[in-house]
Amino acid sequence: MMPSRQQALPRVEEGRATRPTTGSGEKTDPPAVVLGGLHKSFGSQIVLDGIELTVESGETLAMLGRSGTGKSVLLKLIIGLEKPDSGFIRVHGQEITLLDLDALNAIRKKMGFLFQHAALYDSLTVEQNIAFPLRRHTKMTDSELGDRVKQLLASVGMEADLKKMPSDISGGMQKRVGLARALALEPAILLLDEPTAGLDPITSGEIDELILKLQEEHDMASIVVTHDLQSAKTIADRITLLHEGSVLIDGSFEDLEKSDNKFVLEFMKRDS
Amino acid sequence: MSHNPSIPHRLIGQDAPPAPSLVRATFAVLWTPINSFLEWFGEIGLFSWQVLRAAVRRPFEGQELLRQFDEIGSKSLPLVALAGAAIGFVLSLESRSSLVHFGAQSMLPAALVYSIIHETGPIVTGLVVSGRVGAGIGAELGSMKVTEQIDAIEASGVNPYKFLAFTRILACILVLPLLTIAADFSSVLFGWIAATLAEPVSFQRFISQGFAGASFKDFLAPTFRTVVFGLIIGTVGCFQGMRTRGGTAGVGLSATSSVVLSSLFVILADVILVKIILVFFS
Repeated sequence: MMPSRQQALPRVEEGRATRPTTGSGEKTDPPAVVLGGLHKSFGSQIVLDGIELTVESGETLAMLGRSGTGKSVLLKLIIGLEKPDSGFIRVHGQEITLLDLDALNAIRKKMGFLFQHAALYDSLTVEQNIAFPLRRHTKMTDSELGDRVKQLLASVGMEADLKKMPSDISGGMQKRVGLARALALEPAILLLDEPTAGLDPITSGEIDELILKLQEEHDMASIVVTHDLQSAKTIADRITLLHEGSVLIDGSFEDLEKSDNKFVLEFMKRDS
Repeated sequence: MSHNPSIPHRLIGQDAPPAPSLVRATFAVLWTPINSFLEWFGEIGLFSWQVLRAAVRRPFEGQELLRQFDEIGSKSLPLVALAGAAIGFVLSLESRSSLVHFGAQSMLPAALVYSIIHETGPIVTGLVVSGRVGAGIGAELGSMKVTEQIDAIEASGVNPYKFLAFTRILACILVLPLLTIAADFSSVLFGWIAATLAEPVSFQRFISQGFAGASFKDFLAPTFRTVVFGLIIGTVGCFQGMRTRGGTAGVGLSATSSVVLSSLFVILADVILVKIILVFFS
C-alpha cells in the first residue's frame, strides 16, 4: 500500500546521478533517500521484501514495526554497512550499492548514524569520540577541533563531561554523546536507531526535544527507528510502519490512528 | 540363498541401514570439519587481501600505529624479558649438568648463546606474544564488533581494515624482532648468572666465549624470522576478533581461538622457517 504522498514525489531514473527537473525546467534537489524494490534476507529468513520508500530533504520519518522486522537493517543498508540482495538505494540521487569503498565513504560523510546502544569507542574519552570523525575528514587545527567538540557537546548538554570515559556516563548521556558524534560532520541525513530505547520517560522526552531542536538548527533529513509511539508522534513529519518485510502504512500519525488494519490496531492498542 | 527359519523375516536386511546412506553419513561427518577448515583459510585470505588493499591508501593512521607500538611492544617487553630470563637460567643449569658429564663445561657459553639466538629466543618471544597480544587483539576487536563500534567506525567513513587491522598487524611485524633481541639479551644475562653461581666467570668472558663461533648471520636470520610470527599473530588476532558473533560468549571464543590458532601457526611456521634458514643461510 503506497500513499498518495509518495507517488507525488519526483521520480529519479535508475542509475542517474544528475538532479531531476520540474516541469518548468527549474532544478530541484533529488530526495535525500530513495529505496526501491529492496530485498534482504539472512539465510532463509526474509527480512525486507520489496521495500519502496522516499525521504525528502528536511523531512523526519519515524519507522515503526515489531522487533525483527528489519528496521535497523534498513538503516544499515542506507549507510552501506549491509548490502541488499536486490533493489536500489539512492542517497541524494546517487545509487550507493554500485559504489566502490572510497565513493561510499564520501557519501557516508554526509550521513550521521546514532546506533541503538550509542556504540561509543570505549577506549576513547567523550571528547576523543566526537573528535574521531573530525580528525579524519577535516583539516581543522587542534584549537578549532577543540572548539567544535565543545560546541557539539554544548548542543547536547554534555559540555561538562568532556574528559569522561563512555563507561563513566549513563545510557542517556551516551546517547547524547552518540548524537553529538553523529552531527560532527554536519550531515545532510541523520539515521537514528532507537534513540530513546532503554531510557526512562523523562530522559526519552529530553532526547526527543533535543532531536527536534537539532532538526530545526540543521534542517536534515532524518530517519528514526523507534518503538516509542509517543516519540514518533513528537518528532516525525511522517510515519512508516513495517510489517512482514514490507511498508504497511506510510503517512501521518493521524493516518496510523485512523487505520482499520488489524495489525495496526493491535500495534496501537498495545502501546496505548 | 535359503532363508533361516529361526530368524524372523522382517529382520533380514531391514534394520541395517542401506550401505549408500552409511557412506553418505561418514562422508558428511568427515566433510564438515574439512569444509570449515577450508572456509576459514578462504576467509582469512580474503581478509588479508582487504587489509592489504586498505594499507596502500591514504591516510596512513600514524598516530594509531604509534599507539599500537606501545600496546604491543612496550607493554609486552616485561613479560618477554621475564620469560627469556627464566628460559636462560634453566637452560644454563640444565646444560651445565649435562656438559659436566662429558667434561665439556667450558662449552656452556657457546652452547647457551647458540641455542638462544637460533631457537629459544625467537620461539619463546613468538609464543609469549601470541598469548598476550593474540588474546588482547582478539578480545578487543571482538568486543568492538559485538558492541557495533566497528560498524560505527565504518559508518563514519573510516576503513576499519586499515584503522584497526593494518595498524595492529604492522605493529606486530615490527616489534617482534625487537622483542626477540630483548628476550635473547635477557636469556644470555640470566644464563650467565646461573653459570656464575656454579662457577664464577666474568660477564665479558662469558660473552666473548659465547659469541666466539657465532657470526652476525647466525643472529640475523633467526631473529628476523619473527617478522613472520608477527604477521601470523597480528593477522589471526585481527581476523578472529573482527568476525566475532554472539555477544560476550563470542568475545571469549575469539580471544581463545586467537591464542590457540596463532600459537599453532607460529610453531608450524617455526618448523618450516628453520628448515629454510638451514638451507639458505647456513
